Amino acid sequence: MGEPVITSGTSGFVAKRLRQLIVAVAVFALIALVPRLTANVYLLNVLILTLLFAALSQSWNILGGYCGQVSLGNALYFGIGAYATSILYVKFGVLPWGGMLAGGIIASLLALALGYPCFRLKGHYFSIATIVIAEIGLQLVHNWEYAGAAQGIQWPISKDSWWTLQFARDKAPYFYVALGMFAITWLVTFFIVESRWGYWWRAVKDHPEAAESLGVTVFTSKMGATAISAFFAAVGGGFYAAFLSYIDPESVMQFQFSLLMALPAVLGGVGSLWGPAVGALILIPLAELTRSYLGGSGSGLDLMIYGALVMVVALTQPEGIVGIFRRRIVRNVAS
Amino acid sequence: MTGMTAQGVVQILASGLLMGLLYGLIAVGLSLIFGLMDVVNFAHGEMLMLAMYATFGLVFFTGLDPIILAPLVVAIMFALGVSVYAGVIRYALRAKANPGMVQVFATFGLALLIQGLAQYFFTPDFRTISNTWLGGKTLNLGGIFLPWPQIYGAAISLLTFGGLYLLITKTDFGKALEATREDQGAVALVGIDRNRVFALGWGLGAALVGLAGTVLAIFYYIHPQVGATFALIAYVTVALGGFGSIFGALVAGIIVGLAEALTTMILPPSLKSVGVYSLYLVVLFIRPSGLFGRL
Repeated sequence: MGEPVITSGTSGFVAKRLRQLIVAVAVFALIALVPRLTANVYLLNVLILTLLFAALSQSWNILGGYCGQVSLGNALYFGIGAYATSILYVKFGVLPWGGMLAGGIIASLLALALGYPCFRLKGHYFSIATIVIAEIGLQLVHNWEYAGAAQGIQWPISKDSWWTLQFARDKAPYFYVALGMFAITWLVTFFIVESRWGYWWRAVKDHPEAAESLGVTVFTSKMGATAISAFFAAVGGGFYAAFLSYIDPESVMQFQFSLLMALPAVLGGVGSLWGPAVGALILIPLAELTRSYLGGSGSGLDLMIYGALVMVVALTQPEGIVGIFRRRIVRNVAS
Repeated sequence: MTGMTAQGVVQILASGLLMGLLYGLIAVGLSLIFGLMDVVNFAHGEMLMLAMYATFGLVFFTGLDPIILAPLVVAIMFALGVSVYAGVIRYALRAKANPGMVQVFATFGLALLIQGLAQYFFTPDFRTISNTWLGGKTLNLGGIFLPWPQIYGAAISLLTFGGLYLLITKTDFGKALEATREDQGAVALVGIDRNRVFALGWGLGAALVGLAGTVLAIFYYIHPQVGATFALIAYVTVALGGFGSIFGALVAGIIVGLAEALTTMILPPSLKSVGVYSLYLVVLFIRPSGLFGRL
C-alpha cells in the first residue's frame, strides 16, 4: 500500500522521499501564485473551497484511508471547530486562530472519548455508528439555545484584518490560509505515514488480527489516527466559519459534509498522499459549477452528475484516480 | 411530563408499536441483502422513496387505491432490485482493491443519482395521496385512537415476516439463499448459481422495502429526500438487530418504534430521534454485532 517503493536500499528510499517533498513544496509554491493571476471572486471562492476540502479529505484519509476505519461522521468534528471558533470569537472575543486551535483540541478529545467505545465496532457497524453520532450532535446543536439553536451564529461585521480573519472583498487572504491548511495536513501526513504510526495503521487496515499478533496495538493506532483526523477536521471547520462569517447547524454539521470529506479521498485514491487533493480538485469545482449553472432551480441535475461520477469512479477505479498513474509508473519501471 | 394519564401512555406505546412494526418492514430488506453478501445498500432509503413515488404515480393514473396497487409496486421494485444488482453491485463485488469502500461509495453514488433523478422528474415539491380508503381514518379502541394506515402497515409487516419465515425455511429458493450466505464457494459445487441467488436476493430486498413504501405513501409526505428520513432509522434498526438477522430486524424495529414514542414523552419533539440513537449506541457498545448478529 502507499507509494510503490522501488528502491535500492535506504539511500534510494531517502532520495525518493526528498524528491516527493521537493515536488510538494514546488506544487504549494505554484498554487500560491494563483491569487496574483486572478482576482475573480467566484473563481477564488471555488478554489478556496477546493483547498479546504483537499485538507479536510486529507485528514479523513488518515483515519479512513491509511488506518482503514471508514468514518461517515466527520461533520461532527467540522461542526465542533466551526462552533468553537464562532462562540469564542463572538461571545468572548477570542481571535479565530485561537478558536481554531481550541476547536481542534476539543474535537481531538471528543474523538478519543468516542473512539473508546466505537473502535470495538467493525466494518459497517463502525461506519453507521459514526453517522448516528454525528446526527445526534446535529440535533443537540439544533436545540442548543446558547449557540443560537436553529438560527446559528452571525459574526459581527468588522474591518479587514488578518487577526480576526475577516475580509469583506479581498478573497486572496482566505486562499492563502486554505493553502496553508492543505500544506500542513499534507506535510503531517507525509511525515507520519512513514513513521512507526504509519506502518501500524497500514497493518491495522490490511490485517488487524495479524497486526495484533505481531505486537501492533490496534486500539492505540486507531485512537492516534482519529485524534489527528478530528483535529484537522475541526480546524477546517473553524476556518469555514470565519470564511462564511455565519454558521447554523445545517450549514456546518449536516451529513453532506461527512460525505464531502470522504469522497475526494475515495475519488482520488484512499491511502495515498495526493489522492484527496486530486479528488477535491475534480469534485469541488464540479459540485460548485453544476450547482450554480444547473442546480439553481433545484432541478436535481447537479445531484445526478455528482452521483453518477462517484458511482462510476468507485466501480471502475477502486484505487482512485492516482491509481491510474501509479499503475503506469509501475509498468514503466517494469519494462 | 405532568398530566400524563395511563391512557395517554398506552396511546403513545400503541402508536410506537405500530410504527415500529413498519420500521421492521422498512429495514428487513437491507438486513437480508447484507446477510446474503455482506453489502450495505446505502441507497436503501432511495428505494423506499421510489416505491412511494411509484405508488403516487399509479394512484394518479389509475385512480385505484394504494392497497390494490401494492402488488404492482412490489413487482416493479423487485425488477428494480434485480437491475441494481446486475448494473451496479455485480461490478462492485469484483473490485480487487478496497472492496468495502467501493460498495459503500458505489451505493452512495447511486443514492445521489436517484435523488437527482427524482428531483428532476418529480420536482422537489411535497406530495400526498388523498382520498384513500384508509387515509385519515382512525380506530377508537376504548379511548385509544389508532390510525388505520398504521394498523394496516403493522398487519402487512407481520404477514410479511411470517411469509419470509416460510420462504426461507420451506422453499428451495430459501434454502439456496441460506446456503449461499453460509458458504458462497461451496454452493457453486452443488449447482447453485451464486449470481442468480444474489440477483433474486436484491429483488426480494427491494420488493420488501417497496411494500413498506406503498404503506408509507398513504400517510406520509412524498418528496425526493424522504428516503433519508427513514434510511438512518433503517440502518439503526438493522445494526441494532444484527446485520443479516431477519428476526433481529423485526425485534429491533419494534424497539426503535417504542423508544421513539417514549422519547417524545420526556424530550421535546425536535429531539425525538436522539433517544433512539442513544439507545442504539448503548446496545451496540454492549453487543458490538447487535442483538441477534453473527460476527
